Amino acid sequence: MTAPNPTARRYRPPAPLGGRRRATGSPAGRNARAWAFLAPALIIIGLFTVWPMISALRLSFMDASGFGREEFIGLENYVTVFTDPDIRDAVLNTLWYTVLFTPTAVIAALALALLLNSPRMPFRSFFRTALFVPFVVSFAVAAFAWSYLIDPQVGLLNYWLRGLGIQLGNVLEDPDLAMPAVVLVAVWKLFGFYFVIFLAGLQDIPASLYEAARMDGAGPWSRFRNVTLPLLSNTMAFVLIFAMIAALQAFDQIYVMTGGGPYGHTQTLVMEIYESGFRKLDIGFASALSYVLLIATLILSLVQFLFFGRKEKDLSS
Amino acid sequence: MSAPTHRTRPGTTPGTVLAVIALVAVSAVVLLPIAIIVFTAFKPVAEVNAYPPSLLPDAWTLDNVREVTSELPFLRLVGNSFLFAGGVTAFALVFDSLAAYALARIDFAGRKVLLVAIIATLMIPFQATLIPLYQLVADLGWVNTYAGLIAPRAADAFGIFFLRQFFLSLPRDVDAAARIDGASEFRVFRSVVLPNAVPALLTLGLFTFVNNWNDLLWPLVFTTDADMGTITSGLTLLTGPSGIVPHGVMMAGSLIAILPLVIAFLLIQRRFIENIATTGLK
Repeated sequence: MTAPNPTARRYRPPAPLGGRRRATGSPAGRNARAWAFLAPALIIIGLFTVWPMISALRLSFMDASGFGREEFIGLENYVTVFTDPDIRDAVLNTLWYTVLFTPTAVIAALALALLLNSPRMPFRSFFRTALFVPFVVSFAVAAFAWSYLIDPQVGLLNYWLRGLGIQLGNVLEDPDLAMPAVVLVAVWKLFGFYFVIFLAGLQDIPASLYEAARMDGAGPWSRFRNVTLPLLSNTMAFVLIFAMIAALQAFDQIYVMTGGGPYGHTQTLVMEIYESGFRKLDIGFASALSYVLLIATLILSLVQFLFFGRKEKDLSS
Repeated sequence: MSAPTHRTRPGTTPGTVLAVIALVAVSAVVLLPIAIIVFTAFKPVAEVNAYPPSLLPDAWTLDNVREVTSELPFLRLVGNSFLFAGGVTAFALVFDSLAAYALARIDFAGRKVLLVAIIATLMIPFQATLIPLYQLVADLGWVNTYAGLIAPRAADAFGIFFLRQFFLSLPRDVDAAARIDGASEFRVFRSVVLPNAVPALLTLGLFTFVNNWNDLLWPLVFTTDADMGTITSGLTLLTGPSGIVPHGVMMAGSLIAILPLVIAFLLIQRRFIENIATTGLK
């Protein structure tokens, strides 16, 4: 509200350095001052993010137990990562989770944002608040509440659904339903965040474009397809990246609700990292797994960046 | 999806009525888990496990709250949560805004390269560095300490990037004027840029606080002593080894865990949502 709203400028690279006029200071002085401002953050990030990343790469080529015993074994950990059936299942589970989570959360968020975008919608701010509240609830607490709601004996939601003729049974013990259940909890917790971001994106679309489309005889679907969606592509890219990365890193509610079960059906990549690193203390192997996660995240970000980056250019030209 | 804009004439249209009905239904489902936490926390055990289940308690009781506070060092855990989430937030705001200021407002050699490097670390999932990070923290002797919980998160790439975007959008005439008057760089930062960045700082601060308060994996890894956990990680200890979950106690604990955040959010929700929307976080 008080802040400027730099939609069009947001993704542009900063202005060329030469274009800036500085009133005072020699280049050397500016360099020294800049690094002084940067030093605390760079030390923290260097020590606690970059260094562990390098360390993990080294460890991923080792047979390491975490008690100082380390032995170089080349690519053996990676070979195991790509051949072990348990790991293959965990990767497939993570992908399945991503496929279930991303469209559900993004479509729910977008649909609700479209509904609540009109300033004439009654109770707008109540709905907006209600939909965002789950975002401040932790995954762990969300998992407790949903587990109770779908408890086969005393779960309120199970009971109500039974009244409607839907028999859910013991959802968290059911190999087919356990994954959708943990995904549901994630959708519940996170869609409100995506919803708010979509709302902001929608508000940046000039009303005049809709007017023009309407004059040309475009119906609601055509306006959505030809005005809203293309102009929302930046926001969509941001939300998709966030949603997919969140899905790749799924852990908390699974740890609480199923512990990876039943029979490993909700075992994800991060669950595997946690288990091999902190339960089995197979640190070399856990590090190799970590790198698989890291590279998957990087590839995803890059693909989206390239895809949507090009699209944005098409639009602005 | 029902059509929100059947007719665009002002006044209530069938489309609006349908939309409101849909929104009421969705909101009810969304708020159901919150309602179950609040009401179950005050239900007697017999009702918690009764069939058929009900949403509201017949008789209200504080037994669950009493039990959860006796089974866990509750005050201690809530205090830890405040120290951990608050500590991370305070440090991160200071260090991130200093770094963001340099990246947005000082022309120095290597700025572009550094910015790209920082954006690259943004994509590193913390789970991927967890094991060597744990070893590092253990080598420093910081497992089960506040330092171990807080220090690794005392600055982060996301916060730096977020604040840099915001600082770029602030007008530059005032700081140029201040510099001509002989103000030091730090003075410009503190007296010119920071006061204008309050909405961004508030949003980032809340974000950081909520995320850390709610984090499960982090305290699970860096604390092994039950007294050093947070309320979020402490609650998972309640699920007994038998797998039998005392739902009432669980919900009472959950209520205490979410109460500070929900109240804070409701108090400032308008600004918070709007700030997320307008400070470039999209």
